[in-house]
Amino acid sequence: MLTYRECLKQAIQEALQGDERVFLLGEDVGRYGGAFAVSKNLLQEFGPERILDTPLSEAGFVGAGIGAALGGMRPIVEIMTVNFSLLALDQIANNAATLLHMSGGQFNVPLVIRMSAGIGKQLAAQHSHSWEPLFAHLPGLRILSAGTHQDARYMLAPALLDPDPVIIFEYTSLLNLEKELSEAADAVDISKASVRREGKDISLITYGTGVYKALEAAEELATAGIEAEVLDLRILRPLDDDTIMASVSKTNRALLVEDASRSVSISSEVSTRIMEKCFYELDAPVARLCGAEVPIPYPKHLEDAAVPQPAQIVSMVKKILQHD
Amino acid sequence: MAQTPKSTTPLSPEQARKLLHQMILVRRFEEKAAEMYTKTKIRGFLHLYIGEEAVAVGVLQALRAEDNVLATYREHGHALVRGIDPGKIMAEMYGRLEGCSRGRGGSMHLFDSKTKFYGGNAIVAGHLAMAVGLALADKKMKRDQLTCCFFGEGAMAEGAFHEAMNLAALWQVPVLFVCENNLYAMGTALRYTHAQTNLELKGAAYGIASSSVDGMDLLAVMQAANMAAEAVRSTGQPHFLVCNTYRFRAHSMFDAELYREKSEVEEWKKRDPIPGFLNYLMQQQVLTDVEFKNIETQVEKEVQDAVDFAETCSWEPVEELTRYTYSERKS
Repeated sequence: MLTYRECLKQAIQEALQGDERVFLLGEDVGRYGGAFAVSKNLLQEFGPERILDTPLSEAGFVGAGIGAALGGMRPIVEIMTVNFSLLALDQIANNAATLLHMSGGQFNVPLVIRMSAGIGKQLAAQHSHSWEPLFAHLPGLRILSAGTHQDARYMLAPALLDPDPVIIFEYTSLLNLEKELSEAADAVDISKASVRREGKDISLITYGTGVYKALEAAEELATAGIEAEVLDLRILRPLDDDTIMASVSKTNRALLVEDASRSVSISSEVSTRIMEKCFYELDAPVARLCGAEVPIPYPKHLEDAAVPQPAQIVSMVKKILQHD
Repeated sequence: MAQTPKSTTPLSPEQARKLLHQMILVRRFEEKAAEMYTKTKIRGFLHLYIGEEAVAVGVLQALRAEDNVLATYREHGHALVRGIDPGKIMAEMYGRLEGCSRGRGGSMHLFDSKTKFYGGNAIVAGHLAMAVGLALADKKMKRDQLTCCFFGEGAMAEGAFHEAMNLAALWQVPVLFVCENNLYAMGTALRYTHAQTNLELKGAAYGIASSSVDGMDLLAVMQAANMAAEAVRSTGQPHFLVCNTYRFRAHSMFDAELYREKSEVEEWKKRDPIPGFLNYLMQQQVLTDVEFKNIETQVEKEVQDAVDFAETCSWEPVEELTRYTYSERKS
């Protein structure tokens, strides 16, 4: 059994061991041990050349990461949380995402940015963002979401092999959760979505913290004789249409689940693509369970009410299948 | 933070011809670009470097082929002096496939991997942190080279400038920061944008060795740049060089120049770096009138050749619109 935190740490350790060009930089990654203890003791293991504490300068150190990538290094930039990422948005949107195309193919940016995201720790509005859709809007980036321990452990290696900028969303609420890693699955294809549970009645299409919630819901639905398929999008840009359409064509129903607020979300995009590509396979309208359209409040009961919960997934599925 | 004294080292005739050639090439190329803009061959934004030539020529001669260069959206001069083919630059401004960025960038986004020219960056101060990163990579890989980053004094009001300066000093990376202080952030004068108008103090505040120079005087810029580049190379640490200069033309082709008096521009034109340098060369007798005429003729031909080349270039097929949004190879 491994915690999600340990999975992330092992992935970074492995990357540092395997390639001299890789180094980790970010706020408090070294002496503090990582804001969430993900990089604890890595400074002692790899030294200050490989584990670089930065000042509170998100634009500065993300820009430096882009420059270092252009210069032949393979930096892993940690933005402590997604909540601070907008301070670096100019670097990400105007430099990392554009340089290759704008230079006519001359300068690629092999950079990996990791940031923890999501809600669930009563951190209130400014520290509870689900901004995956915001970054997934930008051509030139590859946006990954580590919704499982497997991906937390094995997504970083292929991300570092990618010649272009990759952003990996990690989830604070999963850090202490323990899971068994299956030994077979150590190679993650970061161009493919992943079916986490097979089913024939409905596709639960989700990512991030939605994955374990959907699996929990599917477990309960199974007791009622409903076989829900759980599809983890895993890559939010570019979306893996083939896997999405294959699942929907098999189950003929889709419920899209995500923490991000509903308007202009990943679900908006997936729903549109299903309509465009397999409308005639559908036996019911595509349904969505998304985050409420509010700044996330501090009290636990309101925080919980702001994002989809497994019980809601169960009741929504039953409604779609007219089991009520 | 001393004002650098004028060089007393005499130039060789060959060096003199090369420098004058670069100065005049930038001037005539820009004039031609303006002409092609009015003929609608060039579109979008066009920012001319006329008046500021001594900065690019004086600084870039201090660099080596392996050094990295990052510039702003007013970068045609830097690209020319760095050695990018004038035809490829003109073709880029025409938006043609044979341009140095495949026509994708235009005037503001000249890129060239061969000369390690990393743009053509059009978000003010957005490239400073990248310069720090490039230098960090060189330091980590133990490559003996520096990164030269040009920006205007307008950039120094951006937070990105301050983050980049702090990181460069903190990490002790070999960056030559060159501020081209042309006194106007688009149309707003220095005194309205900076509380502290003694700009080199802002480098010193970060513990970065800083100097300033008369950016209208090529020989002075050369000497200051040589000293600064040498300091960066020998210490591996950043240096901040302020070149005080002036833009003779409008900010861009859309600028009605309501913010400054014509008399002020005329006053600065008396310090035009090209006649200034030419007079010096004549006085020192390192250049003859015939040689000067030859340079003018040669530049005229080069500029015309660049236009002729751009005219023959092709448009990128629409089918290739999305090509290079992502790499076609694995790293």
